[in-house]
Amino acid sequence: MWNLLQIELFKIYKRPRTYIAFLAITAIVLIFQFAFLADGGSYLDLMLQSIKDSFEIEKTKAINGYLMCYIILNTLLVQVPILVALISADSISGEANMGTLRLLVSKPISRQKILFVKFIAAVLFTLLLLIWMAVMALLLSLFMFGADDMLLFRVKGDESQIIQITKDDVMWRYFAAFGYAFVALVVITAISLLLSILAENSIGPIIATVCIVIVCTIVSNINIPVVEKNVKPFLFTSYLVGWKGFFYINTTESGMPIKGSIENWPAIQKSLLILLAHIAVLFSVSVYIFRKKDILS
Amino acid sequence: MKPVVEVKHLCKHYNQHAAVNDLSFTVQEEDIYGFLGQNGAGKSTTIRMMLTLIAPTSGSINIFGLDLKQHRNEILSRTGAIIERPDLYKYLNAYDNLSIFARLSGIKINRSMLMDQLEMVGLANRAKDKVKTFSQGMKQRLGIAISLIHNPRLLILDEPTNGLDPQGIADMRNLILRLKHDFKKTIIISSHLLSEVELIANRMIIIDQGKKIVEGEVATLLDPNKTLVEITVSKHQDAIDKLLASQWAKCFISNTSLQLTMSKALIPDFIKECVERDISLFSVKTSHSLENYFLSLTTPNQHVESFAN
Repeated sequence: MWNLLQIELFKIYKRPRTYIAFLAITAIVLIFQFAFLADGGSYLDLMLQSIKDSFEIEKTKAINGYLMCYIILNTLLVQVPILVALISADSISGEANMGTLRLLVSKPISRQKILFVKFIAAVLFTLLLLIWMAVMALLLSLFMFGADDMLLFRVKGDESQIIQITKDDVMWRYFAAFGYAFVALVVITAISLLLSILAENSIGPIIATVCIVIVCTIVSNINIPVVEKNVKPFLFTSYLVGWKGFFYINTTESGMPIKGSIENWPAIQKSLLILLAHIAVLFSVSVYIFRKKDILS
Repeated sequence: MKPVVEVKHLCKHYNQHAAVNDLSFTVQEEDIYGFLGQNGAGKSTTIRMMLTLIAPTSGSINIFGLDLKQHRNEILSRTGAIIERPDLYKYLNAYDNLSIFARLSGIKINRSMLMDQLEMVGLANRAKDKVKTFSQGMKQRLGIAISLIHNPRLLILDEPTNGLDPQGIADMRNLILRLKHDFKKTIIISSHLLSEVELIANRMIIIDQGKKIVEGEVATLLDPNKTLVEITVSKHQDAIDKLLASQWAKCFISNTSLQLTMSKALIPDFIKECVERDISLFSVKTSHSLENYFLSLTTPNQHVESFAN
């Protein structure tokens, strides 16, 4: 198994398209950081315009590495599925397109094992991508903007909130958020892999993955009771942004943040379980289809 | 000789269409087994079923005396294959491609063994070049190296001469013969180049529309009296008249053309008599007997017109 995984990782390492995702993340993060370096105050004004009369905020302290990372993640985690699909959607269909799939499948290795190794390799790629994102969005931002208490603006129901997290209470939340985001992105990996089995070229599964994410995200944002009750709970996109839950903290009666607390930990646990169930079902379906598939490419 | 491959009542249906229909054949140890049929006859489908790329609808495949369904990995670890064309990782070099497929075959191999294998197919000096820069012939040779890297007992070659130039075809022929004679490999070869198969195969099967038409020894199946000889001469009618008056009259296909059928062994005598009868020969063209035989079996109606006995 390790031998197979090494081969799979070697192939990913040698493919030029692997680096597109890393370059894209680097470019987007740098653009964000330099834009904030140049004119972060305007962004803060825009974000806080509805409550600026109630709070006095020191802009230079508010724009720090932690807030930067949060803003970048908020934007980037919607786009990353496309980058994840670049590799996982190519796993089987790329081999079919090149014609190497028939050579691979005619080797003395079971199809389940081939698929499992490809899935693990794609998951490792996703992990590396997230680690790179963490390095760029968190560590580089801390280096550029420094560390301070994190102020978050949140709309909860009809009311707007400012959440303050002390700087010594932030880092573990980022680790947890990246861990959650990793599980969420593995769902995308599993979808891409399933689509990859059904196709003979890489472009189709990549586009199909992106379309599924877009359609499901739109449905997840439809606030009509019948959809909210019957559809949303079953859509993975409803849980993709669940990582934010780690930044919503409890407060005391006087409104002071409680260090180390999470407002709704059961909801995060439930979201994680649903995402893991998605992964298990999607991978099982992939194995079933791939085992039965006639290789005609 | 022990049977290496035994296929029994193999069927593959796609909806209502039977790609392979009740096909049975046996390949003996150290055979070079020609697998012939027209496009769409079911050759590639059968080969893919033997390599577990396609699941049969019914029937059984036994290789090395083992059932393919139950002993897949054991059988495939002793089988090498090129399926239609050697598709490789174009973004990797020849050495990496060979190394990957060696490891996928489950063998431990070192650098010098890989280089020896590349040397055998004449690619040692291109080991570090990316496959996307290779010609079709070079890819084919690398494909052969990959199919042989794990020292398989059985080699399945589906159209191995596709895209090769005449020299490449001759090299491939010599390599296949060497693999049989020096390394005692059993080889199944499907090819459109019937003359090539005729030169190297000792046994063969012809299939049409998924069904077996004929199977057996090449020497037995090919009627040695059916070599088609076509001559061009200076005086056409004069030559016909002279030959119709000779012992060769019975060999004529029709009395108006200079096409005759005869044993290959008699061709020198025929040419000698043409010269003795003062027939000025410009050329003597012989048609491959396997081609004639193949066409007579797979397109009998068209063939009767051009090659009637």
